[in-house]
Amino acid sequence: MNALQAPAAPPALKPVRARRAARPVGLLAVSTLIAALLAVPLVFLLIESHAAGWHTVAAQIVRPLTGTLLWNTVRLTVVVTVLCAFLGTVTAWLVERTDLPGRRFFAVLLVVPLAIPDFVVSFGWSSLFVWVQGFQGAVLVMTLAVYPLVYLPVAASLRAADPGQEEVSRSLGVGRLRTFVRITLGQARGAILGGCLLVVLVLLAEYGAFEMLGYQTFTTEIFTNLQLPTEVPTSCALALVLVAISLVVLAGEARWRGGGRIARSGPMAPRAMPPLRLGRAATAASLAGVCLLIALAVGLPTGASIYWIVEGGVPSVSNSVSVSMLSAAWHTAAYGVCAGALDTLLALPLAVLAIRHSGAVRQFLERSTYLVLAMPGVVIALALTYFTEQYLGSAGYQTAPLLVICYTIMFFPLALVGVKAAIARAPASLDEVARSLGQSRLAAFSRVTLRLAAPGLAAAFCLVFLEVVTELTATLILVPTGVQTLATQFWQYQSSLSYAQAAPFALVMIALATVPSVVLGRFFNVSAKAQGSAT
Amino acid sequence: MRRVSAVVAIAAVLAAGAALSACGSQADSSGTTITLYNGQHEQTADNLVSAFEKQTGITVVVRSDDEDVLADQIAAEGSKSPADVFFTENSPPLESLQAKGLLSRVDSATLARTPSKYNSPQGDWVGVSARVSVIIYNPSLISASQLPTHVAQLADPQYKGKLALAPGETDFQPIVTDYERAYGTAATLTWLKKISANAAGHIYPDNETIADEVNRGAAAFGVVNQYYWYRMRAEIGSGNIHSKITYFASGDPGYVIDVSGAAVLKSSKHQAASQKFLAFLVSKQGQEILATPGTSAGQSLSFEYPIASGVTTKAGETPFSELRPYPITIGGLGDGSTAIALMTKAGLL
Repeated sequence: MNALQAPAAPPALKPVRARRAARPVGLLAVSTLIAALLAVPLVFLLIESHAAGWHTVAAQIVRPLTGTLLWNTVRLTVVVTVLCAFLGTVTAWLVERTDLPGRRFFAVLLVVPLAIPDFVVSFGWSSLFVWVQGFQGAVLVMTLAVYPLVYLPVAASLRAADPGQEEVSRSLGVGRLRTFVRITLGQARGAILGGCLLVVLVLLAEYGAFEMLGYQTFTTEIFTNLQLPTEVPTSCALALVLVAISLVVLAGEARWRGGGRIARSGPMAPRAMPPLRLGRAATAASLAGVCLLIALAVGLPTGASIYWIVEGGVPSVSNSVSVSMLSAAWHTAAYGVCAGALDTLLALPLAVLAIRHSGAVRQFLERSTYLVLAMPGVVIALALTYFTEQYLGSAGYQTAPLLVICYTIMFFPLALVGVKAAIARAPASLDEVARSLGQSRLAAFSRVTLRLAAPGLAAAFCLVFLEVVTELTATLILVPTGVQTLATQFWQYQSSLSYAQAAPFALVMIALATVPSVVLGRFFNVSAKAQGSAT
Repeated sequence: MRRVSAVVAIAAVLAAGAALSACGSQADSSGTTITLYNGQHEQTADNLVSAFEKQTGITVVVRSDDEDVLADQIAAEGSKSPADVFFTENSPPLESLQAKGLLSRVDSATLARTPSKYNSPQGDWVGVSARVSVIIYNPSLISASQLPTHVAQLADPQYKGKLALAPGETDFQPIVTDYERAYGTAATLTWLKKISANAAGHIYPDNETIADEVNRGAAAFGVVNQYYWYRMRAEIGSGNIHSKITYFASGDPGYVIDVSGAAVLKSSKHQAASQKFLAFLVSKQGQEILATPGTSAGQSLSFEYPIASGVTTKAGETPFSELRPYPITIGGLGDGSTAIALMTKAGLL
């Protein structure tokens, strides 16, 4: 009942459950296989923990540092998620529902932080300001880096929401504020929660930004432990704690989201909501706020990179803007394209299952895939190392295909979110019409559903591409020997304090990721319009 | 149709990805190629590798990561490891692979180039260079006279909020190991707990971060190996240096020499070429590269002490022969597991 899809779902002529009888076995089988692939990291954790002995694992978990890590992880997650929910919702509301000047322009700019790797935001702030470290630094950096994960779905949901309900509420004499809280926020609740879920999972798995800020969480500690001799079991034990936390979060989100459907008051053709007129003072304040947010989230990290390049002078730049940068950019882009395409393809069966069929099994299959999002990349890389070594005689180890598979597993849930939104926009009834006209099932699906879903599939592809461009820890382990990606090369220069040489790589990463993030912003922007033409 | 063409497109992209990785990672087949798992800083390894390639015609493919990550990888890869040579910052990862029987014996001529106390007692790896632990401090936050002279004083409550620490760093374990040897287990645990309280809020992932944070005034002082400070100065320029370094009192357990070393893997199919690489590391030419600061060929920003006979550092550091460290052997430093267990108990790890 994700609000990304809910407003777009066509008025069902009969209850969705009625289709359960036609549950396609093939789709379920394929989806189960995909879910099994995504379970590989968890299976690895269980095997390693079993081998180390559950007693050892328990002893690793119950130790003095765990308390600190738990406290650090939980307080950061709570504060950043609340801040992101607030910033994401307010900016989305300003852009979608008010007459804020330049709001179409802001709609794109507000998404751009997605294109800036978290560790580059961290680098920008902490290289310029001494006080950006520890808890306060982590809150600042992560909020600025990930709030678009809430902004995107909320903006889409506000845009597509039925204006009739607000009008009814107001006409019944309910005040503007109460209408906003009960109706507007109520309609966007699923989108806000969905965005917050992504924020929480990203925070749990974040490594680079926290390491730079000297903030210890489970994920940084997993990494620290891997850098100690023979501490793999400890890392696995800590990763299991992360899995447990994310299970709690997933369960909580599912519960909170509830089973409510969002109804529409009238026919599907969406009406544009007349934008709320902000007064002069409110306009000025809102403009200042949005500009400040963009300056802090986009301007400062980009500016800091440029500052370090200028500070370093021409030689340092010409050193790094060379073959190594071209090669790193080329490899990064190639990996991103491969993983993005593979993820989008693999997400299709699960998305169709999730949108067009109901039942406990499909829900379990779909939700189980979210677990990998909370697992640090390094754990997933270790899992693949383990399995190729055990069952394939190390074939494929440290080759491009395995690295792409690793990315595919890591970012599958992100693709699924996008593909689900896309499939939701293509009503099953149109597929059925096509089949009634004599088209085969596959032909109907590819000619109707895929065509309607194409922009959403592109968005899913872009989201994965973005993440691959900025991935660090798994890449360090699985990248083919002799190859550097933009992220690994940036990281090496940055950790040796060669800021002037690191900065160009940061800028190229941002440039490479900006294109897909603008595409994403546009997709969520035009989604309401596209819905109109889809019906 | 649409679906089919999408599948074809994806398959084509995947194939292109595979092909590109193949041409990216494989060097030409005309000469010998060896794979180096490099746990050393790239500032140290890069120019050594290119000088070696130039001298011998052997191609070296480098894979860089943290030394313990690489050691775990080598152990996991076992007999199928793609690595031929393993080059580390510290002795413990080499000691642990040696204990697993994964290393070949180093040519005796190579071992003879460096003092035997800095080589593997068993002869399975050779010492290449050395570093020494120092106190790095920011004079605007703490004066030299307020600094500890003995590592035991790090636990003093007066340093609360001033001390920066990187407990996960391989360079900190030897200090803990020394302390345990000097004062016993119980005293070490108490000491570590007090240190942990003093460093709260300034626990950093590595020594580069300590050096950087102290230099820019986020923390008052910390313990690092000397080369981090020299390298930072080379990277950011002396104009941006706001920190200084100083030594512990002679023979103090905090005054430690760490040894960087290299080994040939038993599983390597290029034993001769790999042994040549080790020989080069401790040759006069190799050691001069370590000893000479700079970025051109024949130089490096390593700032480590060369340890082969006849070569001394040109970096303006305190001469190696004048250092007065705590006397401990490579065997005494072991694989660091005692230190790790104690730090875990104290809540530092």
